[in-house]
Amino acid sequence: MNVAVAVTGNDAMAHALKQINPDVCAAYPITPQTDLMQRFSEFVSDGEIDTELILVESEHSAMSACIGAAAAGGRVATATSGPGLALMWEMLYVASGMRLPIVMPVVNRALSAPLNIHCDHSDAMGARDSGWIQLWSENAQEAYDNLIQAFRIAEHPDIRLPVMVCMDGFIISHSICRMEYIADDAVKNFVGWFKEKNALLDIENPVSYGPLILTDQYHEYKKIQSDAMERVFRVTTDVAAEFEKISGRKYDLFETYRMEDAETSLIVLNSAAGTSKDVVDEARDRGIKVGLLKPRLFRPFPHKQIGKILQHLKAVCVLDRSDSFGAYGPLFTEIAASLYNYGGKPRLLNRIYGLGGRDFLPKDALLAIEAVVAAAEGKTDLALKEYLSIRG
Amino acid sequence: MKSRGIKELGAGPVITFPGNSLSVKTGSWRSSRPVSLKENCIDCLFCWLYCPDMAVNVAGGKMQGFNYDYCKGCGICALECPGKKGRKAIAMQEEEKI
Repeated sequence: MNVAVAVTGNDAMAHALKQINPDVCAAYPITPQTDLMQRFSEFVSDGEIDTELILVESEHSAMSACIGAAAAGGRVATATSGPGLALMWEMLYVASGMRLPIVMPVVNRALSAPLNIHCDHSDAMGARDSGWIQLWSENAQEAYDNLIQAFRIAEHPDIRLPVMVCMDGFIISHSICRMEYIADDAVKNFVGWFKEKNALLDIENPVSYGPLILTDQYHEYKKIQSDAMERVFRVTTDVAAEFEKISGRKYDLFETYRMEDAETSLIVLNSAAGTSKDVVDEARDRGIKVGLLKPRLFRPFPHKQIGKILQHLKAVCVLDRSDSFGAYGPLFTEIAASLYNYGGKPRLLNRIYGLGGRDFLPKDALLAIEAVVAAAEGKTDLALKEYLSIRG
Repeated sequence: MKSRGIKELGAGPVITFPGNSLSVKTGSWRSSRPVSLKENCIDCLFCWLYCPDMAVNVAGGKMQGFNYDYCKGCGICALECPGKKGRKAIAMQEEEKI
């Protein structure tokens, strides 16, 4: 039976991992993820699950151990945050390049310097080209739901790629909210038995991982990996349809909010979408035709589908919680790429918000709406890219 | 080994047929080659033992020269060779001078 609970985002992710009971988990603590793995390690210590929990000396080692365990033929999970993800960077590419379906919650946190432990998307955005699938989550419910679905997507025989499930540090990871846990049996049946492929422990069929692939074949292996990413759209949609049957909750590649007759739109990831929806409602009450689009799948990015939705709009404001210094925010560039090949071209604005955990308040969402409305009305002196609510 | 296209390659770069290093001839990497000077050889087989590949041919407990299909020219055999009365039984020669 599904039960309503009041838990933090970290509780919810740890509970999903407990229900899935992976074969191996290698992890290293880092705020704000620490508490997620701490809870998970309690389940292991209390004998509630039989995961082999490996305590390692760094995140580079955590991902290395996960890669070894996945190559051995196990279902593998870990979790990290901010600089921890940065330290994994080299090994992230090994996991995806070897096509190992590792699943990893990423509790989004800023990167140093200055040293900051709070919410920011620079960590996951820095890993966006690593070949990992990325699912982003607005709240604890979505993080829990995405994590369960992530195993099905990662392990699908047409995919076999690692998945990151992103959730906002502190704002979601440490805040208690009401959500629903799915019954243990339903989760177990949904995720199913792990089917290993080319397992090192299958001694009847010996294999070698990590060979040198030179100029004559590397290019081909990367094309095969790129083709697998293209199949993720279909598999994510299929998995979501099945997930709806056990949860009653509907997921797509992205969420649209009040977009039916919208003339302008905000585009925003994760928790800030929640605040923005309230402000969109208020603007709608005042007759402003603004909507919101929140990507769920950031890698691969559904350019085509999002382009179709946005092409008729007059203006779009993309909110980024990370910057690509000297360029536009990472979400902005994807939205621009989504639109360029369609006939209608709304004006695009980029607003950087909430770096290092700065609160994203309704007044910030309102500033973004005012800017996008001004752009739609033809105001020409608007900054293309700007930091929101900066202290002068 | 013949270069394979994307339809022939598996999903991940995993070797599923053991012993395939035989089909990958690495001798072309070599810039200098070990040359056997049999008159100084005491058949201690240090060269065979130290070779990081399997590029030293041995038969009946005797050193039989090198397999240049696989020898990368690292020179470890020449370095380790004790030779006879201080005279090495393996000399390294630059490929371009051969």
